[in-house]
Order: sequence, then structure tokens, then C-alpha cells
Amino acid sequence: MTRFLRCGREAVLAEVDDLDAALALYAALRAAALPGVTDLVPAARTVLIRFDPAVTSPAAVREAAAVLEPDGRGQAYAGSVEIPVSYDGPDLTEVAEHLRITPDEVVARHTGTPWTVAFAGFAPGFGYLTGGHPSFDVPRRTTPRTRIPAGSVGLAGRFSGVYPGDSPGGWQLIGSTTERMWDLDRPEPALLLPGVRVTFKAVQR
Amino acid sequence: MTVTVLRTGPLAVFKDAGRPGHAHQGVAPSGAVDRAAYARANALAGNPSGAAVLECTLGGLRVRFDEPAVVVLTGTDAVLTVDGERTGVEEVVEVPAGATVAVTMPRRGLRSYLAVRGGFAVPPVLGSRSTDQLGMGPARPAPGDVLRIGPVPGNPGDTPALAPPADGPLEVDLGPRDDWFTPDAIETFLGAEYTVTPASNSVGLRLDGPPLTRARTAELPSEGVVRGSVQVPPDGRPIVFQADHPVTGGYPVIAVLTPESADRAAQLRPGATVRFTRAPG
Repeated sequence: MTRFLRCGREAVLAEVDDLDAALALYAALRAAALPGVTDLVPAARTVLIRFDPAVTSPAAVREAAAVLEPDGRGQAYAGSVEIPVSYDGPDLTEVAEHLRITPDEVVARHTGTPWTVAFAGFAPGFGYLTGGHPSFDVPRRTTPRTRIPAGSVGLAGRFSGVYPGDSPGGWQLIGSTTERMWDLDRPEPALLLPGVRVTFKAVQR
Repeated sequence: MTVTVLRTGPLAVFKDAGRPGHAHQGVAPSGAVDRAAYARANALAGNPSGAAVLECTLGGLRVRFDEPAVVVLTGTDAVLTVDGERTGVEEVVEVPAGATVAVTMPRRGLRSYLAVRGGFAVPPVLGSRSTDQLGMGPARPAPGDVLRIGPVPGNPGDTPALAPPADGPLEVDLGPRDDWFTPDAIETFLGAEYTVTPASNSVGLRLDGPPLTRARTAELPSEGVVRGSVQVPPDGRPIVFQADHPVTGGYPVIAVLTPESADRAAQLRPGATVRFTRAPG
């Protein structure tokens, strides 16, 4: 059941029960391309629907969105990617100690279960990945690093992610990839779009 | 036609109507912080509504034109000087070839919008010529840069709208997360006076004043936010998101400013005081 929350004069916030429902609603909204809707922001339990108030209204958007029937197949349309990772991150040992497993086992678990891009945030092209191995739940670093190089692969809470550009950050870094997360020459610059299935593959470098 | 940058002042960035449609890949809409003043600048200059302008914080910009041009400055009580000669507030000015144009320091307001007929022709990034606080978009102009101006439009632009009234409380609609706050906090929010702190920028207006108490202390999963969202972090002091806000926020949003009030908020300087009131309708 979708709840619609008031969010000013140019948006409506649709709230659902969980991430799967949010991704399904997001896919349905994208497919529906409702008149006047300018932007969709999927998140953990919500989809923000931004619109042009000169074209439509909160009531019209709510009505149109309420009759959509998300079918949960959003992921099927979003596609999948494989990301080669060199597992040589500075926090690999610490993560292994925290989980009481070997570094090799961290790699096996990170590569062994496919992830799903839940939503984007933090920076252009940064996708929050969920659905990995159930044992992954690691704290952020107590002191964030001031500079993390692009391509760093990290863990935080139950999420995994790949830093698209050099930036500060507090995630535990377990490896790195040469794959570009953000490329303005692509039609959609972000590689990790909501709903995309992601598999990590261990490589030597 | 080109414009040579001689001095930029404290902060000058290219802005336009922003880049909607990319939030799902983590790209904020950005765009002019005071949208109404931006729209007025283009309308007065005879530009189409999406043309790029320079958003100048606290004046100080100085440029030289190689050819005759039509320019206008909106948003504050700052004015343009042409070879040292002052012009009027929001006056459409014809600049002769070779003239130096400067933006004076505003006494009221913070962000002025300089439109040149034809618009600044910097290459767009993801369909927009706005530079946001995170660096997405064209590089900031620097002294010595030679900026290209686009072809002069054949059709006159839109009819300029009037400037919004400058005073009075900022109007908000409660929600989406007003139910995360105590009734006392809502009353405080809609009654108390808040002061704009120096930590404010085009991402957010950080306010100091009576803290707002939460009714729910659970952690809110991050969710999409809009321009004008009043987010309340654990210290209870509200932050009003402005044009360059991130796509999502992790703290509950108690209310959202109307678009007109978000434009007025864009002109508040550190030290200014604000109140919030419910918007009619």
C-alpha cells in the first residue's frame, strides 16, 4: 500500500513498506512517464516524485501514481553488470576481524552473492548496493578518510558501494576497480542505476 | 561576442534552470538559487527562459565586453556600473563595445543575476549550464577567462514577473515528516525567530534558534528531498535546503517552503532573522 506524503508544491513523497516495494514503484513510475513529472528519487522506503507545477498538481500526481500496479519486475528491466575488483583494500583485514572470518572469506562472500542497486546518493554515480551476503553488517570507520580514490570498493552497514570519484568518505575499503562508475560520455553517466544487479568478480592486479 | 572576466568577486557561478531528470543517478537539480530573480534577468534581457546567467554573491564581478551588448542585473539592490557610471536597479543597460561592466556590493539581498542578451554559451553538462556546490557543471569563471555569448535571440523573451515582496515570514507547507516532531516543536517552528548562520551556502541555509524536539527518535532511512525542505538534524536546528541540495537527506523534513519563499530565502545573509508561517491553501 502506497502512502502519499505532502512535500511542498512541486513534489509528492510516496512511502511504501520496504526497499523492494520502493524499487517496484520506481520502475512503474518510470514506465508510466506521468505528464509533468520531472524527476524520480528512489530511496530505502520512498520514491520522491518531483513535478512541474505549471503542468500538473500534487493531487493529479497522487491519483495517477495510486492506480499504477507495480509488478515487482523492475529489476528485470534494469539489467546487470559485473565489476572486476582487486581485493587489496586497506580495511580488508579489519573487516575480516570484525566478521570473525578470513580475508579470503570476505572476498568469497562479497563476490558470491549478487547485489542490487537500491538507490543513488552521496555523489553522482554512487549507488547504494543491497542484498549481498547476509553476514555483512560492518560499522563505518570512526574517522572518515579525507580522500578516497575513485574506484574504491567499500562496505558500510549492510550496504556495499564503489566510489565514483575521489572524495572523502567513511566506508571500510576492501578493494578497488578500474571500471568507471561515472562517465559523462555515456547516455546515462552512472553505471549503477537503481534496480541494476551487480556481481563482483575477484581479479589480480 | 565575448566577455573577458577581470575579477569575480567572492563567488560567481554559471546558473540556469538546472538539470532535472538525473536524481536517480545521484545528480541534484541545482539551478539558480533565487529562481524568480533568474527568470526576471532573462526576461528583461530578452533571452529565452533557460539561458545561462552569472549568479554573483555579494557583488564584485567585473567584466569587459568586446562588442556592444544588452545586459541586466536582478535579485538585489546592487547595480551595474558601465565604465564607472552607475545604472539603475534592474535596469536594462546597453553597453558599448570595449566597456567595463561591474557589479556593485548589494546593501539588501545576497545573490545578483547578470544576464547578457544571447546568454553565456559555456558547454552544458547533462543538459544544464549550472554549476552546483559539489562541482557538477561548467568550471567557475576566473579572471582572464574569455566567455562566449550566444547568438542574440530573434524572439523577445517572456514578460518579466514582478519581484516578490521582500519582507514577512517565509511560507511553508508542513510535511512530509511533521509527525516526527512534538506538537510543541511544530508550534516553536511556526512562531520562533531563527538567525541565518555564516555556515550557510547554496546547499543549505543553516539556522540558529530554539531547537525542535522530535516525537520519534528512530533513524529515518534517507529519502529524496526538494529545494525548500526544512531538515532537522539531531541538534534540533533547522537547515533549509537551497538549489544545490543533495538528492537525498537522512533527517526528517518538518516542512517545505513554497517556491516563492525559497526564492526569498536565497537572498538572506548570515545574521538575518527569519520566521516561518503556514502557507495559505
